[in-house]
Amino acid sequence: MQIVKREGTSVKQLIIIRLIAIIAAVIVSGVFIVFLGYDPVKVYSNMISGALGSRIRFRSTLLEMVPLVITSLGILVAFKMKFWNIGGEGQILMGAFAATYIALFVDWIPKYLVLPVMFIVGFLAGGIWGLIPAFFKAKFGANETIMTLMLNYIAVQWITYLQYGPWRDPELKGFAKIANFPDHALLPKVMGIHIGFYISLILVAVLTWFLRKTKRGFEIAVVGESVSTARYAGMDISRIIMSTMLLSGGLCGITGVVQAAGVTKTLTMNVSSGYGFTAVITTYLSGLSAPRVLVVSFLFAILLQGGSYIQSALQIPQAAAEVLQGMILFCALGSEFFTRYKVRFARKNSVSSEVKQS
Amino acid sequence: MIPFLKNAIISGTPLLFAILGAMYNEKAGNLNLGVEGMMLMGAAAGFQVALLTKNPVLALLAAMVFGALGALIYAFLTVTLRANQSVTGLALTIFGTGLSRFWGQRLMGTILPDAFIRHFRPISMPFLSRIPVIGPVLSVFLEQDLFVYLSYLAVILSGIYLYHTRYGLNLRAVGENTAAADASGINVTLYKYVHILIGGALCGLGGAYLSLVYVPSWQDNITSGRGWIAIALVIFTSWNPYRAFWGAFLFGGLDIVGFRIQTLNLPIAINQHFLKMLPYLATILVIIIGAIRKSTGHMPPKDLGNPYFREER
Repeated sequence: MQIVKREGTSVKQLIIIRLIAIIAAVIVSGVFIVFLGYDPVKVYSNMISGALGSRIRFRSTLLEMVPLVITSLGILVAFKMKFWNIGGEGQILMGAFAATYIALFVDWIPKYLVLPVMFIVGFLAGGIWGLIPAFFKAKFGANETIMTLMLNYIAVQWITYLQYGPWRDPELKGFAKIANFPDHALLPKVMGIHIGFYISLILVAVLTWFLRKTKRGFEIAVVGESVSTARYAGMDISRIIMSTMLLSGGLCGITGVVQAAGVTKTLTMNVSSGYGFTAVITTYLSGLSAPRVLVVSFLFAILLQGGSYIQSALQIPQAAAEVLQGMILFCALGSEFFTRYKVRFARKNSVSSEVKQS
Repeated sequence: MIPFLKNAIISGTPLLFAILGAMYNEKAGNLNLGVEGMMLMGAAAGFQVALLTKNPVLALLAAMVFGALGALIYAFLTVTLRANQSVTGLALTIFGTGLSRFWGQRLMGTILPDAFIRHFRPISMPFLSRIPVIGPVLSVFLEQDLFVYLSYLAVILSGIYLYHTRYGLNLRAVGENTAAADASGINVTLYKYVHILIGGALCGLGGAYLSLVYVPSWQDNITSGRGWIAIALVIFTSWNPYRAFWGAFLFGGLDIVGFRIQTLNLPIAINQHFLKMLPYLATILVIIIGAIRKSTGHMPPKDLGNPYFREER
């Protein structure tokens, strides 16, 4: 057996390899489902009908897709720079926290300005939460993966503190919950779907343009490819790292605003519920391309929505969807190998090996 | 103070196993971010087997096997298929968390029977009570349960293995300069696989300490970030198993200092949620200090995180 580097991979080959990876993930997970004593065909078909089977279900799937798209865009700009931001959860929570402060405790802003201000402060709060690790990474080269993750736990404690302490709704006795947003702080709906959905589509277009057409987008890619090249080209690397993480965390913060003002209608821990981590997968699977984030997020929304459906329909724990996500990511990671290398089972005297030897 | 320090050892034990596990990965040149996932897999497997068999040895074995299974996925993807180490580690954490939550759903709220917990009562070393003055101090370390003693054993064996055996020397060579190790005839792939698996088994044990002894009932996400703290502590303790012990002790103390402060009736009340932030804040501090110190000789293995492919040398 011989492993040879590919000279270049055609789009067709890439698509085939990716498809094989997805099919492999479905099969491996199918074996897992059988092992648990369920019928995989039934589970998969239930997942699909649970996510797409009716107008209402389809709408919930689209709603599930919104946080994935926006968070993935945030993670994407960081990953482009090879900055492994896995602090999406914390950045989402901090964005929602800042927006909640505006929605519940600031009354001097005219009502029609409340939502725009919520988006701005949400962006800034998430951005600052992303800026902290970026600062230490840029100044001292501190490991960003662990810092961004630790900030998640700190954000969780902060929100819990608010929920059980100063922000607890006094009108609800015996139940620790933050008060619901007033109507003017909730996202309006267009065609049955809150405007966060349309915002996410616009953000995809803007980010695509930003990464492909602007100087700053180009600089991010260069820093990601090679820090020394970037330095040689005279780029201010610290500034690029910090401003990109402000954007990355800020986008995650926007997710927090959208979820709080569009779905949970107040600040709760459910505002994030794992999107920060799922977005890592969707971003990676999209191959760091903003338009493809849309496609992958839709597929993952089906997976998440289907996962919660089979919990009620077949009493299979929702975490099965998480296991499936892990499997898909494993298969995708493994398939990368075949996009870069060819495995040849060459016979000793075959022409190709002779040519190679000469 | 003595009871507090004793508890610091206990709450540091899962960390200690995880630090050692992550350290073996990194000595082999692989940065494995899947520690949290492997701990959770070990925690769930150990707990399930403990419930079924009530046999502590089998429970620990199951935890090690499942931790190592997680590590095997990681090793296959990063060593054989040369996948990105950071992303693969993350995938392992997502997978392990999902698997333990999925499996844990049916264990939720179950408490281990006394017949099992009995095996992990603190055992005092017989000579302790006869030593004046330092007897109580030693009892911090030597009046613990068997699982804790196992962690001491892991530290000592790791120290001997890494610094006093040929295999340990070879392993360090793989992490420091993979190409040179390969050229000198060391089977790099085998070394990486074996030590990533050992690391996974240790992480599994760390998780099992939480579910079997520390808690000992099943909770969702029972590790609550300890795997990540461990990865940071590997840097803090400069890839040294003996320092790992003290690092785990210190952070074990930080983890429980919140409860301690609440019982002290201090004039100013510090909210419990802020106290719970302490280990995470300290970890960030540790990472930053570690990064600043990097220039002064506390270096990670030189080939850490670099994928190795002989044909591309």
